[in-house]
Amino acid sequence: MNSTQALPEQALIQQLVRQHADEPGALLPLLHDIQDKLGFIPASSVAAIAEGLNLSRAEVHGVITYYHHFRSTAPGKHVIQVCRAEACQSCGSEELWALAEKLLGCKGHEPSANGMYSLESVYCLGLCASSPAVQIGDKLHSRVNPAKLTRLVQTLEAAA
Amino acid sequence: MSITVFVPCDSAALAAGADEVVDAILKEAAARGLAIDVQRNSSRGMFWLEPLVEVVTAQGRIGYGPVAFEDVPSLFAADFLNGGQHALSLGVTSQIPYLAKQQRLTFARMGITRPLSLDDYAAHGGWLGLKNTVAMDGAVVVQEVLDSGLRGRGGAAFPAGIKWRTVRGTTAAQKYVVCNADEGDSGTFSDRMTMEGDPYMLIEGMAIAGLSVGATKGYIYIRSEYPHAIATMQTAIAMAESAGYLGANVLGSGKAFHLFVRKAAGSYVCGEETAMLESIEGKRGIVRAKPPLPALEGLFGQPTVINNVITLASVPIIMAKGAAFYKDFGVGRSTGTLPFQIAGNILQGGLVERAFGLTLRELLFDFGGGSRSGRPIKAVQVGGPLGAYVPESQWDVPLDYEAYAAMGAVVGHGGIVVHDDSANMVKLARYAMEFCAIESCGKCTPCRIGSTRGVETIDRIGSASNKEQQVHLLRDLCNTMLHGSLCAMGGMTPYPVLSALNHYPEDFGLAPAVATAH
Repeated sequence: MNSTQALPEQALIQQLVRQHADEPGALLPLLHDIQDKLGFIPASSVAAIAEGLNLSRAEVHGVITYYHHFRSTAPGKHVIQVCRAEACQSCGSEELWALAEKLLGCKGHEPSANGMYSLESVYCLGLCASSPAVQIGDKLHSRVNPAKLTRLVQTLEAAA
Repeated sequence: MSITVFVPCDSAALAAGADEVVDAILKEAAARGLAIDVQRNSSRGMFWLEPLVEVVTAQGRIGYGPVAFEDVPSLFAADFLNGGQHALSLGVTSQIPYLAKQQRLTFARMGITRPLSLDDYAAHGGWLGLKNTVAMDGAVVVQEVLDSGLRGRGGAAFPAGIKWRTVRGTTAAQKYVVCNADEGDSGTFSDRMTMEGDPYMLIEGMAIAGLSVGATKGYIYIRSEYPHAIATMQTAIAMAESAGYLGANVLGSGKAFHLFVRKAAGSYVCGEETAMLESIEGKRGIVRAKPPLPALEGLFGQPTVINNVITLASVPIIMAKGAAFYKDFGVGRSTGTLPFQIAGNILQGGLVERAFGLTLRELLFDFGGGSRSGRPIKAVQVGGPLGAYVPESQWDVPLDYEAYAAMGAVVGHGGIVVHDDSANMVKLARYAMEFCAIESCGKCTPCRIGSTRGVETIDRIGSASNKEQQVHLLRDLCNTMLHGSLCAMGGMTPYPVLSALNHYPEDFGLAPAVATAH
């Protein structure tokens, strides 16, 4: 892994801000970097980002909250994304979503009580010809039926 | 000599277990003491057959699929390395009717080459368009693109050459080429396949655009939901640069073209070109009012060519074989080919590149083989979440921009999502409004407020006793959104809603006459 991971959070954020400071339109690449390293974008980072990129804190906060991809709080250990766009709906994604809520013990977009899982809707993973699609961490799964989803969640449980 | 085995690395193959199949093949080969060479190619786009394993034989590439890792020992037992018969045998891949019936111009290399191999790309016609461009005046290149009739494949179908000519005609210290790879439409994956499977084609198209309009910088705005596409494009850009196809001196022309990937962050409306520009500039993806046109004042306020992935990817073949060659395909003002994407509840989902003018029925049955569930197909949404639901009575209309526009539908990005007879059109219409409410950038009122009122009104149609009044309200609201929205997000959300209402009134609890009277 990257050596920057050992740094305390604020020092890491300062370092990333410096890395991106001279890039045109730096805010999104910077936010991606922070989230990739920390899993989310802490509220405490907003001031440092604003100062480093010469933006107002409102602008930074606005961007973080505008985009679905950016999180302001830590996700569960495993992030499970269920595609709920039309092509997946046509092959049962809504039933999968309901099952996922039950299996993981959480509602969409809030981590499970044990901190293990976050369940998120996603609108299209681009696997529309082999729907429904689910992404667990960075691994994609296509043609997911209830039995397959149950098996995938059991694998996560077993690994825990 | 070792035998070459191809296993695709496209996301759709990975999602179906391609990596596990590769592991199993390597393990089995080692156990049997066989020397094999496993290569990762792009996908042929026949996703019901993924992972599609191909073996190179004297007869050509022989396909097997869909292969699960459990099938691997029996494939070896059947001597698949020499094209042996097996329950999963597909014969010579290129002769599979689904492929043989296509007209693959843009997708000619798809499934055949290894995505990041510069040698493969060059050996299959790559870089010819760029080489021709370097030897020509930019104005001639722009004229060639105009003459080809190439129109924006992202959805709006605006002639690409006109944008290019406008940007070329400007004087500015910095011009840009921006590729819109924010392929957010459900039912579409041709951009993803291009970036994951044939990245140099997109790079070549963008370099041609840059050189001919005088832009020295380009951005590819790729959705965050496509990590494999992002990784492949980044590597491909670095390799193309070190080989001299990008950089300070493109193919020794003395002209520079630098290319950068920008990762989006999960906002559907950023597929709208001006919202995308805002996003690349590091702001919230709020739609800009036009004018000024992005061709005059685009990225960072500079003249900017904005095209979709497939538009730019269609340019190399036009510049390699000429406008006349490309224009020969298609009908009327819809020239060339479109990679149609058949998705959803379909038996044989995948990518079908054909000239404009074929019909939905051909795609659904000749290629798609009917629904995956085996039930009758009820509704087909063409052109993404903002496209109309097309009922069976319209399945014989030729797929071209004008014919579809005439019936209140859109070809869009060529995505086709199939629903069987279990689909509830009220739910789908409600979802269209709900999606618009979630994804609206909020700048204009018809989209921001209208979408939420739309959800409420559709809910009332389902429950209220004064259905007809609610339907009247919904139509009125749709009319406001259609004509009063700043961009296609609010402006086209009425397409799926009204088409559901017009073609499937019984789902709304209405007699057919009530809904069609308006």
